[in-house]
Amino acid sequence: MSSKRLVSAFDIIGPIMVGPSSSHTAGAVRLGRLGRAILGAQPQQAILGLHGSFARTGKGHGSDRALIAGLLALSTDDPRIRESLELARTAGMAVTFHTVDLGEDAHPNSVEMILRAGEQEVRVVGASVGGGMVEIQAINQYPISFTGEHETLLVAAEDRPGTIHAITGLFLKYRLNIAFSRVERKQRGGEAIQIFETDAQIPEDMIEALEDFYWVLWARHIPKLLD
Amino acid sequence: MFDSLAEMIALAETQKQPLHQIVIAREAALTDRPPETIWALMCKRLEVMRRSTEEGVSRPVHSLSGISGGGGAWKLWQQLENGYQPITGPILSRAIARAMAVNEVNAGMGCIVATPTAGSAGILPGVLLTLQEASGFSDEQIINALFTASGVGAVIARRASISGAAGGCQAETGSAAAMAAAAAVELLGGTPHQSGQAVAITLKNMLGLVCDPVAGLVEVPCVKRNAAGAAQCFIAVDLALAGIESVIPPDEVIDAMASIGRRMDARFKETAEGGLAATPTGRRLAQIIWDGKPSAELKA
Repeated sequence: MSSKRLVSAFDIIGPIMVGPSSSHTAGAVRLGRLGRAILGAQPQQAILGLHGSFARTGKGHGSDRALIAGLLALSTDDPRIRESLELARTAGMAVTFHTVDLGEDAHPNSVEMILRAGEQEVRVVGASVGGGMVEIQAINQYPISFTGEHETLLVAAEDRPGTIHAITGLFLKYRLNIAFSRVERKQRGGEAIQIFETDAQIPEDMIEALEDFYWVLWARHIPKLLD
Repeated sequence: MFDSLAEMIALAETQKQPLHQIVIAREAALTDRPPETIWALMCKRLEVMRRSTEEGVSRPVHSLSGISGGGGAWKLWQQLENGYQPITGPILSRAIARAMAVNEVNAGMGCIVATPTAGSAGILPGVLLTLQEASGFSDEQIINALFTASGVGAVIARRASISGAAGGCQAETGSAAAMAAAAAVELLGGTPHQSGQAVAITLKNMLGLVCDPVAGLVEVPCVKRNAAGAAQCFIAVDLALAGIESVIPPDEVIDAMASIGRRMDARFKETAEGGLAATPTGRRLAQIIWDGKPSAELKA
């Protein structure tokens, strides 16, 4: 299983992390962090489905503690990862785990996170692909792909002409350079999720500006994963 | 970063620059970070690496589960400090102890740098910090060597895998040892071509190695495989520096590793269902871990 993404020196020499497993511990922390950012808030409820090796060997690797630590926004090198179950209880986050089968094509270290906060609910599928590197592979019913190695902007919008033009206009206004962009959609004329990855930091008021467009369902800033 | 070692080595040769400079330049272009930032990030990693080796040799470190017993690195280090003449010689024996030290710290949920993974995190610091101690290399030289290692690891990640779950132990300790070999060759004055040869020789000697951790934990046999990886690295470094060539070019060896990893039965890819994990002792230990019994019972 080769990784087609661009690999940085610090994907290989790094992360700096609390052990024992880069894919089962550090990668799990990062998946939790991305899940939290996609929800846009700290979850009040997290239903976590573990697939393959995550289900089989996750407990011994502390993957459960690591996913929760990520949902609580801890970093991969935070010694409190060990106590995250306790921290979640204190923070009022209800967490349950179960085993899921995401199909033969799913990476062996995959997780399905159903996260809720207030009225918000999101389903996120992600995989820990080795060395602590991760990939988000689905949001709600959309197949999607991003890694958190860049600043990322997700925009769920009605699939109609002119939306990309309007969004890229905002990028110009905020003087942000787009490194990569993609559109994922279920069917023509339905909803689409647009992914923009940037080099510089995405300002929070840009999210508000995006959500002012009547055809934008929601927008999220996914901060770059740092270690 | 690079699609092939051939590309990386050719760039170094045409620009008459060491591999680490080629890697730093590519990293700067790729991430749009200034070289000082990139340098500082690697500096921080070297510090954590050093701390983890020191922690593991200066006191017995025990894993959370208790299955690996722990304290192996400390035991060997004590022997060496007490004047024991190791059959592997003064350099390799200390590299082995350091490699095990990092892996034991990792199993104790201590802080380490994944190089390229946590399970294989002992090899690169074990090799490089021991060479520094033996030959007096500066931190700057060691940081350069880490960049060379990262370039090699990035090519392996792109063409094959650095994940035990996807490619077996060859992808983890094999990659780590190959990265360390390329870095050590450069540090010891070898050419970029010789670094490439050291990668090929190391990986060839570790092809097919399965990932069969007892109870799925990064402990048995991972701690000792880190020692083995450091030894394979030194073998390849001496061969490459003597001008010995790998008949199969490095990129083809990496592709062979990828192909072996794809065809490897899932039982041998971190699932704890085959190999050492499936032995009677392996199963007994797993049962104790999965039933959640206290680690004291493991000694029975």
